[in-house]
Amino acid sequence: MGDLLRKIQEVKEGVSDLLGVAPAATEPRESAAPDEPIVSFRDVHLSFDRPILRGVSFDLHRGGTKIVLGGSGSGKTTILRLILGLLKPDAGSIRVDGADVGRLGEKDLREVRLKIGMVFQEGALFDSMTVGENVGYRLLEDGGLSEEDVESRVLEMLGFVGLQAFYDRMPSELSGGQRRRVAVARALAARPQIMLYDEPTTGLDPITATTITDLIVKVRDLDGVTSILVTHQLRDAFNVARTFVYRSADGEFTHNVIDKLDVLAGTEFMMLREGRLQFEGTPYELSSSGDPYIREFLS
Amino acid sequence: MPAKTQYLLASLGRRASARLKTSVLHVQDYVVLAARGLAGMVTRPLHARDVLTQMDSLGVGSLSIVVLTGMFTGMVLALQSAASLDVFGARPYVGRLVCVSIVRELGPVLTALMVTGRVCSGMAAELGSMVVTQQIDALRVLGTDPIRKLVAPRIAAGVVMLPILTIISDILGIFGGSLISIFNLKLSWEYYWRTVGSALGINDVVMGLSKPVAFGFILTSIGCYMGLSTRGGAEGVGASTTQSVVAASVMILASDFFMTKLLLLLFPVV
Repeated sequence: MGDLLRKIQEVKEGVSDLLGVAPAATEPRESAAPDEPIVSFRDVHLSFDRPILRGVSFDLHRGGTKIVLGGSGSGKTTILRLILGLLKPDAGSIRVDGADVGRLGEKDLREVRLKIGMVFQEGALFDSMTVGENVGYRLLEDGGLSEEDVESRVLEMLGFVGLQAFYDRMPSELSGGQRRRVAVARALAARPQIMLYDEPTTGLDPITATTITDLIVKVRDLDGVTSILVTHQLRDAFNVARTFVYRSADGEFTHNVIDKLDVLAGTEFMMLREGRLQFEGTPYELSSSGDPYIREFLS
Repeated sequence: MPAKTQYLLASLGRRASARLKTSVLHVQDYVVLAARGLAGMVTRPLHARDVLTQMDSLGVGSLSIVVLTGMFTGMVLALQSAASLDVFGARPYVGRLVCVSIVRELGPVLTALMVTGRVCSGMAAELGSMVVTQQIDALRVLGTDPIRKLVAPRIAAGVVMLPILTIISDILGIFGGSLISIFNLKLSWEYYWRTVGSALGINDVVMGLSKPVAFGFILTSIGCYMGLSTRGGAEGVGASTTQSVVAASVMILASDFFMTKLLLLLFPVV
């Protein structure tokens, strides 16, 4: 039934798009107030052949970081797809910067998506474009910047991820880690307010994975970007929670690693189990939890 | 009725109903995608560079197979029709028969089928790979409508390039027929081309050029639909590729029948 209703909604959107008529927006899409959550889930349910999410609720405030843990098929990636409006919930509400993305049509969602940068699991770079074209894709499509400005922004972003020399390479010439770094650069090019990372370190060796987590930390600490990191790599999740970066007076980036979990704030963990929120709290609360499932997951 | 039979019938009914529902949903999704693709061709934002790229890929890339297909079809047609016409002592009419058959029917259909084999499968495979590697999701996240960016340029390229390819195929088919007529059937060059010229009417040209427009739309829209509805990994891409060629070929042949019926009503052969 959920499938059928979703199909009907998709067809309605398709027809609206065809006729050039936006589906009736349920409310004006204003930005959330600074003290309101930038991402908010309320009792979200979603099913396909089986339940994927069951009554998930959480809030993420501006500048905060949420790390979503859970086993395969627990619904982690689904949360990111729902935030982006790539999926619609069967029930519940999802607000991103004040907009109820579950009820917006494709045209209105574009406005919301402009505020979000997404790093897909394997990078999802466009095979037919060079690294530079991939990173500058959104800027070129928007048409607001001249080609020179786009190129300079692309080089800046590639410099940020340490791949400036790869501007003219094709994605097929890059390693797995380089692809993810280019994906980070592409997501950052339009200066998003929210960054979503879908298993960005899966399948990478520990050293390359650390390069990626350092990038996530840099984006969070230097630009103040709100982040959601979906992963099942505990080592990388705790790396992100423990590491802080700042730019010293000489312009160099300095990384600080804090070992005492009980002093960490700003980063929250969430654990999903079979579509339900099993845990939500600080790194210290997670590591000291007595829940048998969490203990097994962390062991 | 025994309980087992009742259970079997009920199970069969459920399966048939589920299959029917899936088929109806596929048709509905295809119609929406095709209509949005058409709308994307005439409304902003237009992706002109992508249209040109697709025209090059679909048109120039298919030239060699179209040339070969057209040429050999014309040659075979001349040989076969001469064998039949000889029975009535009507060999001089070979040019007329080759020309009309190729322009009205064989040129459009065979060109469309050859392009389907090459391009429709390629489109399904390319878009299918983009689906399974999340590139389509990435496009949507980056604020681009995949239908405008990927489907509309392909449909535009098909609708424009297939008639051009068909004209090339027709010319080479008639030329191939002339080679056989001159060197094998011992007809004169002038006589062959004079019969060709006298046989060709405006209704033949209308029929021969309106079909490729529809075929171009069918093969590109089906290729795109199959590609974008790919599920699973490499296996799903393979299945979409095969299904796209089968579905587009059948649709081209079926629509050819209905279009011929309609066009014969509108432009009767005099």
